Amino acid sequence: MSIDLKTIKHISKLSRISVDEKKAEKLASDLNSIFDFIEKLNELKTENVEPLTSVAETTLKLRPDEVKSKNLREQIIKNSPKDNEDYFVVPKVIE
Amino acid sequence: MSDITKQTLSELVNNIKEKKLSSSEVTQAFVDRSEKSKELNTYITEDFSNALEKAKKFDDNPKLDLKLPGIPMAVKDLFCTVNVRTTAGSKILNNFVPSYESTVTQNIWNEGAILIGKLNCDEFAMGSSNETSFFGNVQNPIDKNLVPGGSSGGSSSAVAAQLTPITIGTDTGGSIRQPASFTGTVGLKPTYGSCSRYGIVAFASSLDQAGPMAQNVKDCALLQEVISSYDQKDSTSIDFKRNQYSKELIKDIKGKKIGIPKEYRVDGMPKEIDDLWQKGIEYAKDCGAEIIDISLPHTNYALPTYYIVAPAEASSNLARYDGVKYGFRADGENLIDMYEKTRSEGFGAEVQRRIMIGTYVLSSGYYDAYYLKAQKVRKLIKNDFDEAYKKVDAILTPSTPSSAFKIGEKTNDPVSMYLNDIFTVPVNLAGLPGISIPAGHDSKGYPLGLQIIGKAFDEQNILNIAYAMEEKINFKNKITDWWIK
Repeated sequence: MSIDLKTIKHISKLSRISVDEKKAEKLASDLNSIFDFIEKLNELKTENVEPLTSVAETTLKLRPDEVKSKNLREQIIKNSPKDNEDYFVVPKVIE
Repeated sequence: MSDITKQTLSELVNNIKEKKLSSSEVTQAFVDRSEKSKELNTYITEDFSNALEKAKKFDDNPKLDLKLPGIPMAVKDLFCTVNVRTTAGSKILNNFVPSYESTVTQNIWNEGAILIGKLNCDEFAMGSSNETSFFGNVQNPIDKNLVPGGSSGGSSSAVAAQLTPITIGTDTGGSIRQPASFTGTVGLKPTYGSCSRYGIVAFASSLDQAGPMAQNVKDCALLQEVISSYDQKDSTSIDFKRNQYSKELIKDIKGKKIGIPKEYRVDGMPKEIDDLWQKGIEYAKDCGAEIIDISLPHTNYALPTYYIVAPAEASSNLARYDGVKYGFRADGENLIDMYEKTRSEGFGAEVQRRIMIGTYVLSSGYYDAYYLKAQKVRKLIKNDFDEAYKKVDAILTPSTPSSAFKIGEKTNDPVSMYLNDIFTVPVNLAGLPGISIPAGHDSKGYPLGLQIIGKAFDEQNILNIAYAMEEKINFKNKITDWWIK
């Protein structure tokens, strides 16, 4: 199989990473060599195999829903690239 | 006392406990040596003056019953440290200052250790050579032109160069064991669920584990004892009875059954690696272990499986970096444009490549063919180990298919870079513990490592085997301090 430029553009949209033509070509070539390598899995018949979703054979534990951390609003807002003290600021979404 | 930085962690702990050394003296010694070692580029963020202040405070009121009393320690920059910048080696987190502490580092500080800085690593731990870091590559103290391995390359370099007595890394596909092998140091990847993932910048959540990187097995056991804990803040943390790994460490491994998997004799493996493996088998026999041939038939499928599972989880974990709440932001004409430019400029090439692979294998129409298929093969790989462990107590393999390679040698060929992790990746896929110990040198004088893989939660057993073999091997690292200014 082969990943073409149209597919690269599609994945770049899905992953919210902008790519120009040059980058798209490099990515297509890299991804094709990686997927050639991944295709090896098709040698295996797996119809009757249960997928492994977690190696930790444990059931999720429940805990009381209590607030344990302090109010960190100021520290959290401080990490924002753009804010107006109380809110994160983003480019206009609704006209 | 001279040569403080040449002492092992255990020696430093004893000397502080016996008041032969103060925390200030020890911290100052490691800070001084780190200051002279800038050329290695091991640190992303130094915290030297705070460290010296904390050491002084410790000395004013020493708590000598702690396990790491006043011991300075640098850690991989993938662990969130409260009020100390945490970058994960990425431009996108260049100015991120966490308001919380990872559980693993908190456990370390609770035992009296002192943070001296944050160590370089591949961007979001995605790499095998530390060359994907936004903060530049790290040099291997063994030789100026060599990579220190990755992703915990700053950690391996710092321990080998004695800039920190011990450190912690993270291992998703070999990121502790491969750099340990490349630098002649010891690295343990614990069982999945042994060390909390809370506060570690996530790469692939079903594979990530933190672990110790040390100069010797005893130090490694001591740090594992400190960092392993059950943690409510990590839903995959497992509540099992943890050993006092360093106290229970013994060299007697008589009668232990050690498996040798024939599939690890891969095509094109250098003779030196095969010879090292044979030597390892002889050492294990000398220690009284019984050697048993085993088969792990799906070994060859581990890397392709990993390169579906890990990028898929990464693409999901890294969706949070959008330039809104923290980190780097690029300007855009509208919200979507801002997201796309932020991620395009904020992530490096390898991270973008993996996000794209992950997005593709999870995208509509491809999920069953790739992700589900990989999860099924992952089950077969785990079954291989389950079968093997009916016959043996542990498995012995080389850590890597080669010694450290040259800086720049593999950067243009992602697949050849990925092949580095061929012996380490199956261990992560099966969630098992694995330790790499230095076991010899190749003809160029570069260190080579052997890996001991254990049953789940059987860290004590592989530490004991490593401890016994370490004595027989009697490895000496060839480091000349060429970088000291």
